[in-house]
Amino acid sequence: MDVKSVRGLVGNKLSFESVSADNGLKRAANMTADEIISQVIASGLRGRGGAGFPTAKKWEFARSEKGDSKYIVCNADEGEPGTFKDRLILTDFPDLVFAGMAIAGKAVGAEHGILYLRAEYAWLRDHLEKVLEWRRSAKLLGKGLFNNKYFNFDIQIRMGSGAYICGEETALLESLEGRRGDARNRIPFPVQAGFLGKPTVVNNVETLAWVPCIIEKGPSWFSAMGTKKSPGAWLFSVSGDCKRPGIYEYPFGTSLHQLLEDVGGEDAKAVQVGGASGLCVPPTGFSRTLSAGDLATGGSIIIYGPEQDMFDVAENFQHFFADESCGQCVPCRIGNVRLLDAIRKMRKAGLDAETERTLRQLTSTMRTASKCGLGQSSTKAFLSILDNFKNELPPVVGEAKATAAAE
Amino acid sequence: MEGQSPVQLEVERLIRVHGRNRTALMPILQELNRAHSYLSEEAMLCVSKELGVPRAEVYGVATFYSFLSVRPRGRFVIRMCRSISCAKQGKFHPVTAALMEELGISFGETTPDGLFTLEKTNCMGMCDQGPAILVNEDVHVKLTVASVLEIIDDYRRKAKAEGFGKKIA
Ligand SMILES: Cc1cc2nc3c(=O)[nH]c(=O)nc-3n(C[C@H](O)[C@H](O)[C@H](O)COP(=O)(O)O)c2cc1C
Ligand code: SF4
Ligand code: FES
Repeated sequence: MDVKSVRGLVGNKLSFESVSADNGLKRAANMTADEIISQVIASGLRGRGGAGFPTAKKWEFARSEKGDSKYIVCNADEGEPGTFKDRLILTDFPDLVFAGMAIAGKAVGAEHGILYLRAEYAWLRDHLEKVLEWRRSAKLLGKGLFNNKYFNFDIQIRMGSGAYICGEETALLESLEGRRGDARNRIPFPVQAGFLGKPTVVNNVETLAWVPCIIEKGPSWFSAMGTKKSPGAWLFSVSGDCKRPGIYEYPFGTSLHQLLEDVGGEDAKAVQVGGASGLCVPPTGFSRTLSAGDLATGGSIIIYGPEQDMFDVAENFQHFFADESCGQCVPCRIGNVRLLDAIRKMRKAGLDAETERTLRQLTSTMRTASKCGLGQSSTKAFLSILDNFKNELPPVVGEAKATAAAE
Repeated sequence: MEGQSPVQLEVERLIRVHGRNRTALMPILQELNRAHSYLSEEAMLCVSKELGVPRAEVYGVATFYSFLSVRPRGRFVIRMCRSISCAKQGKFHPVTAALMEELGISFGETTPDGLFTLEKTNCMGMCDQGPAILVNEDVHVKLTVASVLEIIDDYRRKAKAEGFGKKIA
């Protein structure tokens, strides 16, 4: 398959177009691990997979672990509904990702890289294998990068098999080890004991792609793009009711207003920021900004036009979570199904105050008692829709009768 | 070799490629699933024995992942995205109706000739270009009724060229 045939729209100029992956890698090859890590610290780069963890910190942890072998895992499971920026990076800029993995390897002392590619992206595999093959022949991968016998790093591709939870890093590691994607308990963290018990760095595709750019152009080039608290730029996947859905790059601190104007979604009734596990923002919040301090996101922006039934959205997402929960812990396994049932009921018969109280209690249990991020954040969409669009529910059947009788 | 079934030979070949260890389990199951559209009991038992992974765990893995199946499926598995950016284009998008009508089946079913299985799936990362389907490993986007019918025809031709169905008939 020609991978460029499904490229879609790129709405503005991307920073990735103006760098050559291997200048950064070449530079890193002549740097010490300390120098690489201090450049990444100075840039302020944070993870793009959703949690926003400072990248250099993660690398430092992994570096300080003793171990004969360490791993760099690139998380290409991109399963959050409404996210597709990693897809574009993998079709258009795979060299940046592979160079980023090698630089991470040099920084933490890892010689093995694994790219975990979601099953839905199997059509990308041949394309990526070809790029890897080319890089090996150009001495940019494999034994002795740049003919330096102390710099070894190779990458293999492993496939997912259709499970959203395997984007969660510990479930991903379970899957790589040939098990069900059941999220692990933390402590130990993957940087301490990850793949096969070895120190492992798991980073998102986009996080890794920024690394060679930062090394080539310098940390201040990167940090100058955003705000002080959230330095840098980000790729956003924009879909839903707008004239120009596609990929957009924005510096942190950009407002939703600005974004809606650019993509032709000015008449939006709400914007979902961060996918199914993110927040639904009503028009009163459109002056909020996309940044670590305000609307943190994994890059998914879904726009709802005036016609959209918001509880249709809530039901769709809730169905997603009930479907994708790994089922290990009760609050998430049962809670998500209960919530789905409740949404279906309230769409027909409204929501009375008593039931609402019980449901809110349930969501708080799910948030606090679930083992991993899936169960902890699966109630966010529902709650933000309930808080802002309760008027879209039909009147409560009993109450409706009472009102009718009083009139 | 004497007494070895085709499945055993196939599993042995895959073990030579992927290794005889636990981390090889997923790649081996994935390849078997890809070649036969599903994992037969015989195949799972054979993998369990050869890798030394308890059969309950092999079955556990096979049933955890939505792209692995323990029940027979069609030669081509069509997966339609049901997540919000695609679904918003109308629950009964004409493309959905056209697919069901053309194949004569609904979601979760396989055509009697064993050629197509129709399934729904969660977001496949094509949200800017919906409605989208995956057919086995290929992705098709911006579907219209005309284009989806053409796609089905292409796969029918492909199956014919492979001689699909001759063995059964
Ligand atoms: C349910 C769930 C799904 C996730 N899916 C992804 C994903 O598809 N891609 C990704 O990079 N991170 C995903 N994450 C976050 C990862 O666990 C992890 O934080 C991330 O890969 C770390 O990379 P980063 O520091 O570069 O962001 C997911 C987390 C959860 C809880
Ligand atoms: S919160 Fe949900 S997905 Fe996470 S471990 Fe528990 S059951 Fe599994
Ligand atoms: S919502 Fe259909 S591909 Fe993402």
